[in-house]
Amino acid sequence: MALTSSKGAAVELASVAFAYPGGAPLRFDLAVGPSQIVALMGPSGSGKSTLLNLIAGFETPLSGRVMIGGEDVTRLPPYGRPVSMIFQENNLFGHLTVEQNVGLGRSPSLRLAAEDRVAVGEALARTELSGKEARLPHALSGGERQRVALARVLVRRQPVLLLDEPFASLGPALRDEMLDLLSELHREHAMTILMATHDPHDAERLAETLVFIENGSIAGAGGAGEFLSGQGSAAFDRYLGERKLRR
Amino acid sequence: MALRHEPVTAHRSQQGRVAAGALALAAIGILIGGAFAGLAVEAVQSWQGAIAAFDSYLLRAARFTLVQAGLSTLLSVIPAIFVARALARHPRFPGRGLILQLFAVPLALPGIVAALGVLALYGRAGLLAPPLSWITGETWQGIYGLSGILVAHVFFNMPLAARLFLAALEAVPADQWKLSAQLGMGPGAIFRLIEWPAIRAALPGVATLVFMICAISFTVVLTLGGGPRATTLEVAIYQALRFDFDPARAIALTLVQVILTAGIIIVLARLGASMTGDANLPTTSRRAVFPSSGETGLNAAVILLALAFVAGPMAATVIAGLVADLSRLAREPAVHAATATSLILAALAAFLCLLLSIALVAARRALEIARGSPSPGPLERLTDTGASLVLIVPPIVIGAGWFILLRRFGDVFVFAPLMVVTVNAVMAMPFAMRAIRPAYDAASARHEKLCLTLGITGLDRFRLVDWPGLKRPAATGFAFAMALSLGDLGVIALFGSDQVKTLPYLLLERMGSYRTADAAGLALFLGLFCLALMFFAAHWAREKPWR
Repeated sequence: MALTSSKGAAVELASVAFAYPGGAPLRFDLAVGPSQIVALMGPSGSGKSTLLNLIAGFETPLSGRVMIGGEDVTRLPPYGRPVSMIFQENNLFGHLTVEQNVGLGRSPSLRLAAEDRVAVGEALARTELSGKEARLPHALSGGERQRVALARVLVRRQPVLLLDEPFASLGPALRDEMLDLLSELHREHAMTILMATHDPHDAERLAETLVFIENGSIAGAGGAGEFLSGQGSAAFDRYLGERKLRR
Repeated sequence: MALRHEPVTAHRSQQGRVAAGALALAAIGILIGGAFAGLAVEAVQSWQGAIAAFDSYLLRAARFTLVQAGLSTLLSVIPAIFVARALARHPRFPGRGLILQLFAVPLALPGIVAALGVLALYGRAGLLAPPLSWITGETWQGIYGLSGILVAHVFFNMPLAARLFLAALEAVPADQWKLSAQLGMGPGAIFRLIEWPAIRAALPGVATLVFMICAISFTVVLTLGGGPRATTLEVAIYQALRFDFDPARAIALTLVQVILTAGIIIVLARLGASMTGDANLPTTSRRAVFPSSGETGLNAAVILLALAFVAGPMAATVIAGLVADLSRLAREPAVHAATATSLILAALAAFLCLLLSIALVAARRALEIARGSPSPGPLERLTDTGASLVLIVPPIVIGAGWFILLRRFGDVFVFAPLMVVTVNAVMAMPFAMRAIRPAYDAASARHEKLCLTLGITGLDRFRLVDWPGLKRPAATGFAFAMALSLGDLGVIALFGSDQVKTLPYLLLERMGSYRTADAAGLALFLGLFCLALMFFAAHWAREKPWR
């Protein structure tokens, strides 16, 4: 099922239309090149999460196509798509140990072969979680929990990584640590990354490209630096308010 | 954590759950449908007999059903208001927590144990017979018939109603009590302005629930009622099938019973009352209530009177049970056989109940996730409330329908184990589902997307994700269903025989042959068993699952 390459895959949404029951229509056209890092920004309810849900397959478009690595995945279930996703919370099963939670990335029935266990051990070492294999998630800090989720992303080796405000509940120092870890992992594995965030600092530290979403469609896209320093659009400046980066 | 109900588009992982739920619904449908089919076939074949059965006997049974239920409701609900109010006025009454726990016991006791407890206290040879004879100046005849039924029903329902009213009173915001104290309201003003509005809002639901419980009460009427003058529809159905073997009469009686209960259920649903009736009582109550010393004395008297009334039959059960020759009973093969039969059938019923409940809960959630509109579809509604619809059809009615149907295929008593297990399983479902559903839905809200991304589906998902979080609520549901099934006399009264006897059936037999001491010993044993199960059920329900 999974693509085992450690290269990124292009993500494309072609005239994707969607609406929640009783909600306003959303429409997305977006092309992200392989191994790019994109920050998705926009007001709450603008459609950032929906966009990620459409790529991950939690939602099916009313019309249009979702392409990953040049293949049409519109009708594939979430587990059939070459995608890993990290949510703001609930990335771990509370009753399973750290090792088991990561192991699920290799086998959804948790039947792990020897090489799977090696891969899990390596991923935990890479995310600095060695020695915490047997812990349950509630015995971990918020940052550690998200690192377990990242370790699972590593063992899954999917070419696309989606993050939905993954660090929103962490403090500033932890956030920076996690962003740096994410950059390093990107250098090693070159996966395509799309991250929804409200924090211009996240976007600046991680992403080269910024996509601004407003009222259920993409209102602008460009270099993260330009947007964040006020050379994007007037709407984006309004959204940023006083948080504009001064250079 | 707030539950996030983000719709996730339908996938294969949901179809399995929906199919399991549909299967469970079909099984329930067959159980109820088969009963009605049996009744319908018989009705068509002997319609003349059925029409002829609408006679004065049936009218008397119907009238008695309503009259005893009405009186039981009045006698339970009105005192309960005063008891609840007294308890609410005294958040730090000595032993208050224990009293409230004791008030939860009657509902957990099998009907036949409670009936025997009432007899052991107020019966002709009861513990209170000598003082009552002295007071009345003639030999105490014991309470049988209407008075016995009423006392037993009040024993069951007064504590239930008191707990429900107390829950309503404790839901009054603390600021209102503070305000009342600051403004210097007297007890009268507090009752009029704060307590009565809260009780009045709860009153219709509580009263209808109690009426319902009394209208379909079978065991109490069977054991304490006597003769045609104190017979309800349910007991009349039982007598028509077991003693007169008059299926046509049974059909007429069943029809009236179903119409009656359906009517009550519709009223209950209109009132938005919970049909499973329980009270969530907060354990800590810090309320600004400052009753005067005179009122305190009066309230204490009310509480102690209620306590004596509820504790009396329980104490009598224990005393009478201990007086019985317990060691001989414990060696009797008939007791061993009945205990084994009871345990096996109750465990099977509880297991089946759990299986059906989990299937329905999972299907409901899967349908909720998959639906494309804000309002639930018909199948989702069925998986949601389908199980409580079962309560419209009392066990005796299902039993009667199958009894009439199965006798065409030979010896009905052969089917006793099957009938006891299935009917008791389905009857316990509303309670089991209420234990399971919150845990399942909360876990699903947390894990649904994660399972989808990782491709954890089917049995893997149940084993790795769903079951670990369901263990405790499932244990609660299992213990509850087992206790309910262990104490049930409804279906086994119809289908019991020398081959298949459960403990309640054996108890009824011993009572019938005037071996009162034996019956008392068995009642103590059965009562303790059911209480232990209920205790574990409540214990597991309180403990927090993993987060």
